[in-house]
Amino acid sequence: MSERIPKWADVVLVPVISLALAFVISGLVILAIGENPWEALKLMVNGALGSSYGWGFTLYYATNFIFTGLAVAVAFHASLFNIGGEGQATLGGLGVALVCLALPWPHWGLALPAAVLGAAAFGALWAAVPAWLQARRGSHIVITTIMFNFIGASVLNYVLVNVLRPVGSMDPATARFPPGASLPTLHDMAAALGIAWGRNTPANITFFIALACCVLVWAIIWHTRLGYQIRAFGKSEGAARYAGINPVRITMYAMLISGALAGLMAINNVMGEAERLVLNSVEGAGFIGIAVALMGRSHPVGVLLAALLFGFLYQGGAELALWTTIPRELITVIQALVILFTGALDNMVRMPVERLFRGRGAA
Amino acid sequence: MDLMTALQILDSTVRLGTPLLLACLAGLYSERAGIFDIGLEGKMLMAAFFSGAVAFVTGSVWLGLIAGIAGAMSLAVVHGLASITFRGNQLISGVAINFLASGLTVLIGQKWFALGGRTPALSGEGRFQPIVLPFADSLRDVPVIGPVYYELISGHTALVYVAFAAVPISWWLLFRTRFGLRLRAVGENPAAVDTAGISVTRLRYAAVAIAGLLTGIAGAYLATGLSAGFVKEMTAGRGFIALAALIFAKWRPVPALGATMLFGLLEAVANRYQNIDLGGVVIPVQAMQALPYVLTVIILAGFVGKAIPPRAGGEPYVKER
Repeated sequence: MSERIPKWADVVLVPVISLALAFVISGLVILAIGENPWEALKLMVNGALGSSYGWGFTLYYATNFIFTGLAVAVAFHASLFNIGGEGQATLGGLGVALVCLALPWPHWGLALPAAVLGAAAFGALWAAVPAWLQARRGSHIVITTIMFNFIGASVLNYVLVNVLRPVGSMDPATARFPPGASLPTLHDMAAALGIAWGRNTPANITFFIALACCVLVWAIIWHTRLGYQIRAFGKSEGAARYAGINPVRITMYAMLISGALAGLMAINNVMGEAERLVLNSVEGAGFIGIAVALMGRSHPVGVLLAALLFGFLYQGGAELALWTTIPRELITVIQALVILFTGALDNMVRMPVERLFRGRGAA
Repeated sequence: MDLMTALQILDSTVRLGTPLLLACLAGLYSERAGIFDIGLEGKMLMAAFFSGAVAFVTGSVWLGLIAGIAGAMSLAVVHGLASITFRGNQLISGVAINFLASGLTVLIGQKWFALGGRTPALSGEGRFQPIVLPFADSLRDVPVIGPVYYELISGHTALVYVAFAAVPISWWLLFRTRFGLRLRAVGENPAAVDTAGISVTRLRYAAVAIAGLLTGIAGAYLATGLSAGFVKEMTAGRGFIALAALIFAKWRPVPALGATMLFGLLEAVANRYQNIDLGGVVIPVQAMQALPYVLTVIILAGFVGKAIPPRAGGEPYVKER
């Protein structure tokens, strides 16, 4: 691999080919279960993007995936694989619930900043232990974050059943949040501007917080000393150490930022949508963050685009399940293929592309 | 607690520990050869589905077992291609395999049986039946030994005995044969193995294939031994508990037996009792469920005997040119 391929091929061509492969195989899977892939695609596009109602769900899902995608991406820059987004988002939900239930909030404008702090702090806390164990004790972060996903699920189960469940309720969930903690939906916001936008959709103001986080991550990673140190550490730990970068400190900072971002997802699903904390509120969004970060090449712009694509797939998949016999799990298969082709089988596409460019260079 | 209760708990420990043991040994071969495998869960799930489906359609549990192994093997091949041939990230490949299995099993199950991802319930020849060992009935009335032999040792399905037999066989294979020495060497220092003129690629594929075989048996046991048919997401994190047990056992076969049975015991106790009252201190059931993971984190942290993984684990081998 001595000769490098042009940057545009690395950033655009290889991912696009990988993605195309993933979607072609997804189409074959749909054919194999006896449905028409073209009809399925039309249904998905119509259901997810054809109306402001569809968009209201697509953007809601995308908001979740932006947070978890950024979380994985920041850790990737430090060469750390944070597979614990699921647990960190679960704990973030606990942080949001504690903040929202602590006071009779008079206005969402006050509740939101407090909940943001709660979500980020709890998410970061859940990432801090695996980070410290990796930095100080050399425990493999992938394994510890997987373990912390399961421990987090048990902690939440205990807290919901034994502590936060209202007296007399059989449901393992918290009480409803006070009305003052209710976030404005995109419908409310559009109505204030005089624009008609689908009612009863979960997309809310958190979408703009997610966009702000994209900018923030971009600024931190590429325009601060810390971001430079994270990237240097990720490229070569030895070189970074020689340059005086403290590996323990960088591992901790990268994972704390990553955990905080994953925790922030709870603003969207717990505070914005459910308005109470239930079991398994994350619903796998933590793992989708892995696919989003891989597809987006760990860049905030890429993450945003990939999150929108997955938001579309999620809403489109729900529509498919509603109108055809194709189960929602089709999306899980597509997600698996995207992770496989853009992540694990990257070299399968990259090697022929490199050969192509090398041949051209020699001629 | 009387003897009968204790025996019942230990009996369900063996039944619940068996899939963990098989999956843990699968991970052992793979990781000893330097290939991380967090896709144990997915391979088990795939095997559980195909064994349940084929056992129902053909009415033969043995054909089901073969189909289950084939299902797990096909995912093992994907993992091998990604992590050995194309030198991709083994962890990412494992994540993809878990999702692939979780989605495909429901998709195909819905297409074939239209039961929302389940397979129809198995009965008779479609399931592994308990095997009554010789003299179990006649020894039953002998105090202590009789019930222990009858309840605990006898009366399991064939795959349970296969799993227990796999422990000494794995020990012998890994530590007493040339193949085992090479397999362990390839996980510690692949370049040295390559220099000796032995194919790193072939050895690693062999290890990944053995992992496919063992997860195949584990999945088939779940659907046709432990339960009567496949249910959506029926592995329920067992692949990850097996991974935890592997670390707990420090990548050695005999301790793997101990670790998986310990985790099986925790599951059996959690199933039987909701909350455990230890003289005023109540241990909630959630703590029992989280205990395997907490113990693994403590072991990984090296506070109680450090777990050191194979040195070349997770790194693709690039032959020098």
